[in-house]
Amino acid sequence: MSGAMLAQLHSMVALTTHGDPLYDNGVGWFVWVVDIIKVLVAFVALLVSVMLMIWFERKLISDMQSRIGPNRAGPWGLLQTLADGTKLFFKEDLLPERADRSVFKLAPYLSLVPALLIFTVVPVGGIITVSGHTFELQVADPPIGILMVLAMSSIAVYGVMLAGWSSGSKYPLLGSVRASAQMISYEAALGITVVTVVLITGSLSTRAIVESQSTNFWDWNLIRLGIVPFFLFLIAITAELTRPPFDLTEAESELVGGFHTEYSSIRFAMFFLAEFMNVITMSAIVVTLFFGGPDGPVPHIPSFSIWFPVVWFLIKVFIFLFIYVWFRAALPRLRYDQLMTLGWKYLIPVSLGWLLAVAGFIVDGWWGLGIAVAAVVLGTVLVRAFGVGQFRETQREPDLVTPRIGPRVVRTPPGPVGEDG
Amino acid sequence: MGIVDDVKDQLSFLGGFKLTLEHLTRPRVTRQYPEEKKPKQPRQHGRHVLNRYEDGMEKCIGCELCAGVCPADCIYVRGLDNPPDDPVSPGERYGYVYEINYLRCIHCDLCVEACPTEAITESKLFEFSFTNRADAIYTKAELVVDDDGRPQKLPWEDWREGDDLMTSGWMRATSPAGNAAYEGEVQWSGELGYGVRQPEGGQSGRRNDQATGSKQLRDVLEPHLLTEDIPLEHRGMKGRMWRAQISAERNKKKMEAARERFKELRATRAAQKAQKKASA
Repeated sequence: MSGAMLAQLHSMVALTTHGDPLYDNGVGWFVWVVDIIKVLVAFVALLVSVMLMIWFERKLISDMQSRIGPNRAGPWGLLQTLADGTKLFFKEDLLPERADRSVFKLAPYLSLVPALLIFTVVPVGGIITVSGHTFELQVADPPIGILMVLAMSSIAVYGVMLAGWSSGSKYPLLGSVRASAQMISYEAALGITVVTVVLITGSLSTRAIVESQSTNFWDWNLIRLGIVPFFLFLIAITAELTRPPFDLTEAESELVGGFHTEYSSIRFAMFFLAEFMNVITMSAIVVTLFFGGPDGPVPHIPSFSIWFPVVWFLIKVFIFLFIYVWFRAALPRLRYDQLMTLGWKYLIPVSLGWLLAVAGFIVDGWWGLGIAVAAVVLGTVLVRAFGVGQFRETQREPDLVTPRIGPRVVRTPPGPVGEDG
Repeated sequence: MGIVDDVKDQLSFLGGFKLTLEHLTRPRVTRQYPEEKKPKQPRQHGRHVLNRYEDGMEKCIGCELCAGVCPADCIYVRGLDNPPDDPVSPGERYGYVYEINYLRCIHCDLCVEACPTEAITESKLFEFSFTNRADAIYTKAELVVDDDGRPQKLPWEDWREGDDLMTSGWMRATSPAGNAAYEGEVQWSGELGYGVRQPEGGQSGRRNDQATGSKQLRDVLEPHLLTEDIPLEHRGMKGRMWRAQISAERNKKKMEAARERFKELRATRAAQKAQKKASA
């Protein structure tokens, strides 16, 4: 590794492990006030945006299906979510007889709390100064940053898994088995793409990730990493959220409601809330990792220019919310084996190869090129080898080989040689 | 199949994205039901009426054929001999009790077909949501038409414009007795408030499609007729051309109607927007 590269890396690390400048001068009453306000604003804003997101999803998807959608509660049906929530709140809270009572009650919180916590590390805006105190527009800026996101999304798996398991009923159990298998499979690809981002930033802190992209458009990780990691991340995160087309966990046609079949009243509302909150927070994470977070052109308007980053951030997040709803409207649900094939055979190898290539390019251009070429050649050879093997197998013993996805092969029992050619 | 086609096949799901975006611009198919209602079919089966003759006499003779044919068993009729000094119906007997239970009725119209005197027919009203069982059972006092020959409008019923028109026995008569020789000849009795109605679409060769939206029976049945029953000019290639021409004209009309509807819709929307802007 060259000396200049090392120096650059060190300076990056020095820059990024700084943390929120709010705590530089000790923790006084002002720090407490700012922190409490931050938490409250984030909490309320998240809840309100979830409410609007549910409305937006229902409205947009109905537009995409030439329907009208909710339009009775409030102007344009804006208060529909509120009405639904109120209704759910007053419904009877059923507890199945064969449920594991304590786990059954715990599960919704395991879904909801991580969804709330993930948002704390998202940089919403730039750094602002109020009466001599400088602080970041984000609830918390821990040095572990993005690891916290991964940890929380892993805990959310427990919420889904335990909900299905503790219901004491077969469809929720099936749904939760699918969910945990799916989430664990896609977490690998998710983690590897996050590592790619961390590698090029040199820090785990979300603020540092955002700052390293902040100079201009070409520095966004989307471009810097070569677009592919972004798509890998988007697919992996959609699967992680169990959003369509990866919503096998609550496939209505097969599993009634999936893991939350036995849930009712406010407990069901919590799952619902968590699901949509996750959509919002994960959109925010995508924006943070690949689209420069609050980065964007800021015109110099006194006393208002500090809010421009926030506006940019909101616009970017909104675009991803739109994309998630669009996914739901346009794509049919994957079969289980297709889901696993996509996850294990495509996403993980590609993300792994890309990670190696990026690592090589960070060390040296020739290293990167060599690794990239090697990955492509190796991958092609492997794919070809698998193909040939499968082809030969199907040629030799047609009645023993399970047909691949596609038209069903009619299996005839092997007759005497030479009888039917 | 080449590799390019293979990839195209694999990525064909992307077409869904385009389609969903296109749908954003298309007009909505949903109707805002209570405010915005679909026009009804001319022969829609709704709630029944008991008709009267022009002189005010009731048509029902209490024969109970309707009750007998009813598959849902929802009609209850009791006949009684007409009082000689003050007859209710022109026949020997009249319907003394006549009740229909609308919690059971399936609106199959078999009672209407069974009735020998065109006494019971169906209006186009279907929006009547009663709130107790007693209201669900319509008695003779509620079913019989008033002195203008119109159905009574009960407080819980939502009558629309035209629901009570064209509800009589005239409505069901296509070709009386099913005999083409009688086509266009009036075979139905006069009724209170309307007199004897003239034959219209489907009931005569001088039909009016716009009024009833129906087709002439002979046109509908022509493909099923024997060759010698089809008029010479409609046989073979000539006939095929003729039919193609007719269907083309019909489709053209339909398209024009649709186009005009869209134009109207757009105009009203633009007007609404302008109004909103003006008010804002």
